Amino acid sequence: MSHPPTPPAQAGPPSDRARIGIVTFPGSLDDRDAARAVRLGGAEPVPLWHDDAMLRSVDAVFLPGGFSYGDYLRCGAIARFSEVMGLVREAADRGMPVIGVCNGFQVLCESHLLPGALVRNAHLRYRNRPARLRVETDKTAWTAAYGAGAEVVFPAKHGEGRFVADEATLDRIEAGGQVVFRYLDNPNGAMRDIAGVSNEAGNVVGLMPHPEHAVEALTGPSTDGLGVVASVLSYLRQGAAR
Amino acid sequence: MTAQLNVVVDTVGVAEATPDEKQPWAELGLKEDEYDRIRELLGRRPTQSELAMYSIMWSEHCSYKSSRVHLRQFSQKNPKTPRLLAGIGENAGVIAIDENIAVTFKVESHNHPSYVEPKQGAATGVGGIIRDIIAMGARPIAVMDSLRFGDIDHPDTARVLPGVVDGVGHYGNCVGLPNIGGETVFDPCYQGNPLVNALSVGVMPRSRLQSMEASGVGNVVILLGAKTGRDGIGGVSVLASATFSEDGDEDSRPSVQVGDPFEEKLLIECCLELFDSGLVVGVQDLGGAGLTCALSETAAAGDGGMHVDLELVPLRAAGMEPHDILASESQERMLLIVDPANVENVLARAHRWGLLATAIGTVTDTGRLVVDYHGQSVVDVPPASLADEGPVYERPIAEPNDLALIAVDRAETLSRPSTDAEIRQTVLDMAASPNLCDKTWVTEQYDSSVFGNTVLGAPHDAGVVRLDERTGVGIAISLDGNGRFARLDPYTGAQLSLAEAYRNVATTGATPIAVTDCLNFGSPEDPNVMWQFERAVTGIADGCQQLGIPVTGGNVSFYNQTGREAIHPTPVIGVLGVIEDVNRRVPLGLGSTGDTIALIGETREELSGSEWAWVTHRHLGGVPPKVDLGHEMKLAELLGRLAEHEQLAAAHDLSEGGLAQALVEGIMHSGLGAQILLPEGADPFTYLFSESTGRVLVVIPRGQELAVRGACEQRGLPITPLGVTDASTDGLHLRDHFDIPRVELEAAWKGGIGAAVGA
Repeated sequence: MSHPPTPPAQAGPPSDRARIGIVTFPGSLDDRDAARAVRLGGAEPVPLWHDDAMLRSVDAVFLPGGFSYGDYLRCGAIARFSEVMGLVREAADRGMPVIGVCNGFQVLCESHLLPGALVRNAHLRYRNRPARLRVETDKTAWTAAYGAGAEVVFPAKHGEGRFVADEATLDRIEAGGQVVFRYLDNPNGAMRDIAGVSNEAGNVVGLMPHPEHAVEALTGPSTDGLGVVASVLSYLRQGAAR
Repeated sequence: MTAQLNVVVDTVGVAEATPDEKQPWAELGLKEDEYDRIRELLGRRPTQSELAMYSIMWSEHCSYKSSRVHLRQFSQKNPKTPRLLAGIGENAGVIAIDENIAVTFKVESHNHPSYVEPKQGAATGVGGIIRDIIAMGARPIAVMDSLRFGDIDHPDTARVLPGVVDGVGHYGNCVGLPNIGGETVFDPCYQGNPLVNALSVGVMPRSRLQSMEASGVGNVVILLGAKTGRDGIGGVSVLASATFSEDGDEDSRPSVQVGDPFEEKLLIECCLELFDSGLVVGVQDLGGAGLTCALSETAAAGDGGMHVDLELVPLRAAGMEPHDILASESQERMLLIVDPANVENVLARAHRWGLLATAIGTVTDTGRLVVDYHGQSVVDVPPASLADEGPVYERPIAEPNDLALIAVDRAETLSRPSTDAEIRQTVLDMAASPNLCDKTWVTEQYDSSVFGNTVLGAPHDAGVVRLDERTGVGIAISLDGNGRFARLDPYTGAQLSLAEAYRNVATTGATPIAVTDCLNFGSPEDPNVMWQFERAVTGIADGCQQLGIPVTGGNVSFYNQTGREAIHPTPVIGVLGVIEDVNRRVPLGLGSTGDTIALIGETREELSGSEWAWVTHRHLGGVPPKVDLGHEMKLAELLGRLAEHEQLAAAHDLSEGGLAQALVEGIMHSGLGAQILLPEGADPFTYLFSESTGRVLVVIPRGQELAVRGACEQRGLPITPLGVTDASTDGLHLRDHFDIPRVELEAAWKGGIGAAVGA
């Protein structure tokens, strides 16, 4: 599966399934997994290339994990300047659902679409463990299908996933319902056990653990990750109904 | 640039004009007769660049000059199989899975660099084996690592181990490959010579198999990937073929290469795109010996000639001389042979991936590899003389004098625990010992799930990866070695490692089909080491012949010794199996409550070379357990059949630590307890700690007991019911003997490695 330089011509009748764009930066690694999760969740994965200034009529965007641009300088710091991120930022401001997982979360923080920052794990090592999380809010585009307070298990695997922000920001996002996922066993020293946050509007969500790696009982610790795709589909349907 | 032009270059013309100039052949590791042969081959003295190239290509590492005569056994004894699409001599063996898909896999060592600079040494070991997989046309889909260190509480282990694990993890995680298993072993013999063996496996449509031939006169030679720098210059000949001296390793320090997994990720994607588009005639990775090796091998394999303009190679350091450029081991580079009509397209696609690609030469039919530097020839040699016609040694072989003494020093005569309390304590001591304790501290530093196809990873008996989501077809791989058994008897020891890897693959439900090996030994100049090597190779070749699975490739690492002290002979064997439907894989664990626990295979009093003898007595002597490959084949066939019929809830191979350790691991990897009743008349100690081979602990779902028993009897395989799994049992209950609650087992088994290396 290579990444086409130009979008292929649409063949056949247009699909009525939601189109979720998955951005591939140089160094993106979990893009195939994200595509599989989107497909298993009932939507259509649409590959987006970092250097193409086009969103190909997608309804939502998934920024996958990996080490974009080698994570040189700082995780996600270079990706924010890519052609596609300019468009993602504009679309997010207009309300398009955007999710960033792991490196994608770092990119969203670097792009100032999400508050806070992600720094080196407190224990200074890369760590790969299934993470138990509490879904703190169902008021976002990507968690609507979970009940608030639901517990889920997603794999967490990163070296730089410790969420930090200044106290005022932490208080603000807590009060504003922007803490979306919280660790039950904090694996990285994240402040206030925060695993994922949203923007104020709730259409942009970022989290360190990988819902796209929890979509099949055969390969993941759970299938809880399918709820993320189910959430955005129901969010998009409601949007269409509005 | 101008500075370089001012350097006086030793050209072919200069060499002809100054035949008597003294050359540093000895310093470069060449023997006098080897130097004389080079002069004879060329009809003149070699240029500086040529001398560097011959010294590297004729080093032990590249030429296999000491091992070649023995390795021939693999091709001579390999069973014929239509599955083998490419074998020994290629970058990696290629095995057909079905009519459409093939896989390629190989294990390789990076021992010496990992001692000098643990993180980068290990990282570039992983990077190097991944490029071998790409060069065959495959997408790398997983890695594994087999690691051996000195004593866990030695201060230098606290330097080497965290660095090596960081390096393996860093490279694999950043390049985006799941690590699906391996081993971490401690023994004082590896104190000054840690072993870092990395395996990679890739998958491809059969039609995408690539060639390393530089064929088609006029085709263009393109260097793809990183710029060429000073890293690793002389790394192969200086590092890999030099025994570490007791004092001062400082000189070797700058020679270890530095890896960039991000660049390698781009190389993977770019190369696969080029292969899929049919834009590449030939491809070779740049690994040990850099351009020297890639140019001479592709030229020798193809139409026999090549012309290269060396000043076109993009450099990352100033002032590099031609021989530096030719010898550099800068990582993340590939050599492509491309039709002139496709060059522009190839360069454009490389650019899109942000990769440097530069045409540096052309394929010719002159039969010579000619390298020009700013218009002057610095190399003009027959490429095969570098690549294929290096020296071959029949090194002296001598059986070690202490062999008979070791054989009679049997562990079976050591004092043993006799009371229940002592045996109970031994179970805990063993579970806490470095080789048997929980390895999560290592494995959780590795990404195991990227690509979403990892069905089983560490700590299961074998890594299992799905190849096709629609059909469910997959592969299983296990990587195993046992230096202690091989020290006692290298022939049997090598076969025991082969048998274990084979059994591990079968335990997950897969059918073993191919072998790769990494042969880690001391100095080939020591006749005792050569004897060990010859015995081990013969053991593997005979074993594979009997099992009916071919050796598809691998790697030899000699000179693993400090001073006069060689490591245990350590053949590490990778076995690959195919599983029709990964949904039917058999995991480690205890199944569900009420399932039957049984042991397949026979338990004899075999304690020599065992983990028990080492942990409790620091003893190594006697003869290793008996190996019966005919039994292993029956067992593997049975396990495959039981998995296919979903008659196993879990299974676990018995190896180091015997039955006791298998039970401990089963309990630790499930939420259940085990109620065990040893067979009547069995000596509890022997039954729990013997390392008799050919045994598997199985967990049989309720209602399947009779069917499983019948299947065993039909094949003449002994099966012994041992008990049941039980949610209400706390830990291990050994009826009439003792109980060990889960919390106590856990306290012994967990946390040891991190605590020992101070992290």
